[in-house]
Amino acid sequence: MASIDIKGVKKVYQGNVTAIHGIDLAIGDGELVVLVGPSGCGKSTLLRMIAGLETITEGTIAIDSAVVNSREPAERDIAMVFQNYALYPHMSVRQNLEYGLKNRGTPRAEIDSRVAEAARMLEIEPFLERKPRQLSGGQRQRVAMGRAIVRQPKAFLFDEPLSNLDAKLRGQMRVEIRRLQHRLKTTSVYVTHDQLEAMTLADRLVVMNGGRIEQVGKPTEVYDRPASLFVAGFIGSPPMNLIPLEALKNIVGSAVLKDLPTETDLIGVRPDRMQTGEGEGFVLTGTVDLIEPVGGESHLYLHVEEIAAPLVMVMPGRPDLSEGAVVPIRLPLDALHPFSTRTGLRTD
Amino acid sequence: MDTKRTVFPARGLPYLLVAPQLLITLIFFIWPAGQAVKSSFEAEDPFGLSTRFVGMQHYLRLFSEPAYLASIGRTAVFALAVSIISMGFALILAVAVNRLVRSASAYSTLLLWPYAVSPVVAGILWWFIFNSTTGILPFALEQIRIRWNHQLNGTQAMILIIIAASWKQVSYNFLFFLAGLQSVPQSLNEAAAIDGAGPVKRFWTIVFPLLSPTTFFLLIVNLNYTMFDTFGIVDATTGGGPNQATNTLVYKVYTDGYIGLNLGSSSAQSVILMAFVIALTVIQFRYVERRVQY
Amino acid sequence: MVENRPFLAVLTHLVLLAGVVIVAFPVYIALVAATHGPTALTSGAMPLLPGGELFANVMQVLTENRRGVAPFWLMAWNSLWMAVIITLGKIAISIISAFAIVYFRFPGRVLAFWLIFITLMLPVEVRIIPTFKVVADLGLLNSYAGLTIPLIASATATFLFRQFFMTIPDELMEAARVDGAGPLKFFRDILLPLSRTNIAALCVILFIYGWMQYLWPLLVTIDPNYYTLMMGVKRMAAVSDADPQWNIIMAAVLLAMLPPILIVVFMQRLFVKGLVETEK
Repeated sequence: MASIDIKGVKKVYQGNVTAIHGIDLAIGDGELVVLVGPSGCGKSTLLRMIAGLETITEGTIAIDSAVVNSREPAERDIAMVFQNYALYPHMSVRQNLEYGLKNRGTPRAEIDSRVAEAARMLEIEPFLERKPRQLSGGQRQRVAMGRAIVRQPKAFLFDEPLSNLDAKLRGQMRVEIRRLQHRLKTTSVYVTHDQLEAMTLADRLVVMNGGRIEQVGKPTEVYDRPASLFVAGFIGSPPMNLIPLEALKNIVGSAVLKDLPTETDLIGVRPDRMQTGEGEGFVLTGTVDLIEPVGGESHLYLHVEEIAAPLVMVMPGRPDLSEGAVVPIRLPLDALHPFSTRTGLRTD
Repeated sequence: MDTKRTVFPARGLPYLLVAPQLLITLIFFIWPAGQAVKSSFEAEDPFGLSTRFVGMQHYLRLFSEPAYLASIGRTAVFALAVSIISMGFALILAVAVNRLVRSASAYSTLLLWPYAVSPVVAGILWWFIFNSTTGILPFALEQIRIRWNHQLNGTQAMILIIIAASWKQVSYNFLFFLAGLQSVPQSLNEAAAIDGAGPVKRFWTIVFPLLSPTTFFLLIVNLNYTMFDTFGIVDATTGGGPNQATNTLVYKVYTDGYIGLNLGSSSAQSVILMAFVIALTVIQFRYVERRVQY
Repeated sequence: MVENRPFLAVLTHLVLLAGVVIVAFPVYIALVAATHGPTALTSGAMPLLPGGELFANVMQVLTENRRGVAPFWLMAWNSLWMAVIITLGKIAISIISAFAIVYFRFPGRVLAFWLIFITLMLPVEVRIIPTFKVVADLGLLNSYAGLTIPLIASATATFLFRQFFMTIPDELMEAARVDGAGPLKFFRDILLPLSRTNIAALCVILFIYGWMQYLWPLLVTIDPNYYTLMMGVKRMAAVSDADPQWNIIMAAVLLAMLPPILIVVFMQRLFVKGLVETEK
């Protein structure tokens, strides 16, 4: 187990394409950090640089306080779980688990006990002698995890390990990964483009965009106080409503909004913080365009005069409203997030 | 020219890995080819003691030599005849096998094995059959008043090597036509049938056009085969005779150079053939790129 | 099939039977010839059904030493060696050069690829004399090395392996690296086992290719002890004009063509795969 220190890391590909623009990130011992962002944001590149599969153009990466820039992946004492699992197709599950240990000259008895333990932990004992192609997607995923676990490395690196699974299995495995990581307390870096996965797994969330870090923090912190418009739009589903300040002022009067920081021209509100009915905060009048019942909750698409884009609101259960109804919508004061369009950042 | 996304750190190892292949290529392919080009521009004195540069002389002489021009013509006749006969025959057989379900693989086996017969053995087999004194076919032809003697009759000698070369190539063409036919979607055939096209019409309007990439590919391969791989057939049946009637370009390189020791002319002939293979290879590879999309 | 017309089904089988008969005809005639005594074959009116002398003729081929050629078993041994060395040699040097070209980036890589590609355009038939000279200068005439090494460079096998390696997911190599495998270990533990089917298919095609070689052995062997079967049967056939022993010659021809035919028949799946994939 170890900390991972990333200092001033840049990645420039041949042809002067910059994938990573200088990243500083300290990952603590035993921490599970999730790198999340849209495709092309540099999250996988950063992970692969930690693994040693991509060269580092500038800056340093240290694992357990030792700079590893010029070390081969095998010399970094990390284990990786790949999106397509990358199981060796011609080897049995057992041989897949053993391969990394054998290459390191681990004694036979030690190999056997580690494989047995990992197999028990992941409940893959019945398949140990099978070939990967005889396994289901979920079972392969477990084997890929097992291959990382038996190594007892300083860090686990996960590269979108659940995106090849169907939704139900993904949910199960997410819980399982979380549980395993808590139990093993191995420093982990986890890459995903799925914000829900990121939120539920992370000790700390690193939101990336365009080769830069947008925000680092606990998932709830990031959710409750997104540092930029990008994070506000990326984390949370349905995404945050963004209302132009001018439009809001026209509705509720400019007097009440005057002590906002300068530069503020957009106000964000999470769909689940909006409420119907009168009370504290601003009240707008909206027409219900569409109601999407999602099961336990309902998504309302509302049209408000003066505001071009429809507002989305999440209500518990099945509200007694029909399409076309006119409702008062309340935005609680503590649910408002001020942003600046020019800088793309939060202003308070 | 792609590699993997990540590569192993390169030091000396990759050079060691390509070294055997490259050494053999350089020593036994590139260097001799270069020598052929060089000596095609040179003449040796009668004692082989010195050589001098003579420019295009060998080439000019070749193209004014009736024997060489005749050899080009003969090779063209031979190559086209073999390609058309063996491809036509193979296509008929492939279409027939493709209609079958249960017995298809048994027929395939019975049609594929001649691929494993070497050209020289194919030549011996057909020579035995057409041998003017003991062969079974001349005996049969005699009954219908045709005198067969390919040792005297140049046309008959040409027919003999065409038959032998076509016979051997049928398996190869059959295999690729069958693969091509099997990749024609069955739904197209069914759609055409619903549109009222009978089996013959369906073949010519639907299946055959879709086979055109395969046909073109096979045509190139067959030209290559008849030009270069039929040395054994010619050597075992006619030896280029009678009176040069079956002296194809490749066989002529061998007789002029290895037997006749006319180095300059043989080298010039080699270079001309190389140019031809290069052209065929370029056409084939351009076409393969399209085939990938198809 | 779209329609079910009995007439078409019968026609299909008739066409195929005719095809099979035509294709088999020359070999059947050879078989008939090889099963009779010498007197049955002195004119074109040869018998059309097999006789009972096959075993005697085969024994004569195997035991008798004929003028101008090496003993049959020695030529068979030479052919076998030649085919095996060419097969293994081609596969070995092709798979490692494809490995280098796909899994490394090194200066000269593209040049190496093109040099290998060029061999496609230079068949031995078009460079007979200079290649012969190189082999002679290296002192390789009348040797297994001279028979095989010049034929071992192979662009098609290299391309086949290259294409196959490109279809192997990148992550497999990355996983192996994380698991502590260097290039050679990765090659031995992962790449080689995964290439098994391709190697087997190539073995079938290349063995047939090696067994069939005729022009090259003709050029580089003068010593009958290095004659191959293809040369031997050709020589036997050529001298038989004077002293026709067609029953013996055809028995020898049948024996010489049998090994690759058996391979095609019994390994048809690998054979088809090998033939189709090397032409991609």
